Amino acid sequence: MPQRVHFAQPLTLKSGAVLPGFELTFETYGTLNGEHSNAVLVCHALSGSHHVAGQYADDPENIGWWDNLVGPGKPLDTRKFFVVGVNNLGGCHGSTGPLSVNPETGKRYGADFPMVTVEDWVAAQARLADHLGIHTWAAVIGGSLGGMQALAWSLQFPDRIRHAMVIASAPKLSAQNIAFNEVARQAIISDPDFHGGYYADHGIIPTRGLRLARMVGHITYLSDSQMAEKFGRQLRHGEHKFSYDVDFEIESYLRYQGNKFAGFFDANTYLMMTKALDYFDPAYEYDGSLAAALARAKASFFVASFSTDWRFAPVRSREIVFALLHNRLHVVYAEIDCDAGHDSFLLDDGHYHALLAAYLENIVV
Amino acid sequence: MTEHERRVRAEQRERFDFAVIASWIPPGERVLDLGCGDGRLLRYLSETRDVSGYGVEIDHESVLGCIRNGVDVIQMDIECGLSGFEDNSFDHVVISQALQTMRATERILTEMLRVAAEAVVSFPNFAYRTNRVAIAEGHMPVSEDLPYDWFDTPNVRFFTIFDFEDLCSRLGIEIRERLAFDETGREVSHDPNLNGSLAFYRLGRKF
Repeated sequence: MPQRVHFAQPLTLKSGAVLPGFELTFETYGTLNGEHSNAVLVCHALSGSHHVAGQYADDPENIGWWDNLVGPGKPLDTRKFFVVGVNNLGGCHGSTGPLSVNPETGKRYGADFPMVTVEDWVAAQARLADHLGIHTWAAVIGGSLGGMQALAWSLQFPDRIRHAMVIASAPKLSAQNIAFNEVARQAIISDPDFHGGYYADHGIIPTRGLRLARMVGHITYLSDSQMAEKFGRQLRHGEHKFSYDVDFEIESYLRYQGNKFAGFFDANTYLMMTKALDYFDPAYEYDGSLAAALARAKASFFVASFSTDWRFAPVRSREIVFALLHNRLHVVYAEIDCDAGHDSFLLDDGHYHALLAAYLENIVV
Repeated sequence: MTEHERRVRAEQRERFDFAVIASWIPPGERVLDLGCGDGRLLRYLSETRDVSGYGVEIDHESVLGCIRNGVDVIQMDIECGLSGFEDNSFDHVVISQALQTMRATERILTEMLRVAAEAVVSFPNFAYRTNRVAIAEGHMPVSEDLPYDWFDTPNVRFFTIFDFEDLCSRLGIEIRERLAFDETGREVSHDPNLNGSLAFYRLGRKF
């Protein structure tokens, strides 16, 4: 079941803004051992949450987003590890975010919620670790934006993470990555229901913008070949309708995904998360040298990429690997053949899970 | 030979190969192993010589084997060279019985001596006596060190001790040491191109 913890101490964010206090919503699985040496933090990507595994008694449909990874007998085995999932700061699944009430105004933050970055998430997660009595994570694991948090942990708290598992990720976004994010943001911002971010005060949601943003995002999560295989040019009505309603099945799929997302995700959170992605660049303060940025890291790394992932292609993971090599850090790097594009990291591909299981099994707790 | 005997023999043979390579690797070195398989050699070197090393491997199952063996491994295709690996970032680069499975022989050899001051190479000598006999009798050789039928061999380059040394000289590669062994694992000094089944080289840069 989800738990909540309040942190009264102000948090200074990377932008310089100060959050007077905040709450995090989290879930745990398994048992923390006596030495507190078996804790694993699972970091979520754009649309994930603290609900990593399992289902709730009163909501059996709501299965954790990485349920195929986490559980007894699964690669991240909860008989061995104490697994923690947390909704990131600024999220919309229970942690303090734009939908929360600003104690200073008594109204919802909306656009006033300060911009948070990957580093700020890690700082907030460290507070949660303190709260749980975890000094050092056995591992921090995440895919995509979650992988960036694992990488950031190794830089911000080198002594508090033994293994960083960075999957389908990148050391920074490319211009193309940022471009897709900007299209998504403009879709939301230009929705008349957005009201400059204060839509909650108007009792409305910028549904059209969110829907579009998700549609664009979803295209980048899938591979061309998988889309061709799954949808091809299949027609909804068996013939061309010569209209702007759904003709092709792929249109139907994207609309479905967009609608689903707009029904549960907060627009301000989405904007902020895409910005957190854009800003992430540990090498920025080191003249663009990732090798120099990683000099402080001490963790052992598991890095994996997927052959058909064009959002964060294998070459982006290799940048991380060679920067680790430069610093003589332990690293295993696997390039996995999987047809499902960026979203491969969420699937239970046999070889992928065998790699994860083998690596996690060797972690001493 | 039974399957068990064959396996024991292969393991003895492997230990022997590893021991030869280890004898050229001073303790505590940084080693890169190209075509590292499941990481057995690196594991051996780290256990016996306290070496810190990385393997490079393209095969999925082998990469999984490395992870199970607790060996650092990078999955990539070295046919495209070793770009990404910095100059002189290792003490030794090893390619143990894998050079013959790669097409870009020249590039791999020069790249090895870019990322390390010394390279260790081992390969099966195609001009070994029993191989010559097989050819003379009209068949592609199958032997202890060339254990594949022609139709399922992973090998794509077939060369001899003479050929290899010619190429080294052409590439400005210095041969610092050579050892050759026959099929029983006995060291061969006389006419190694005829009597040597497996050849080991310690190579350096002249350039």
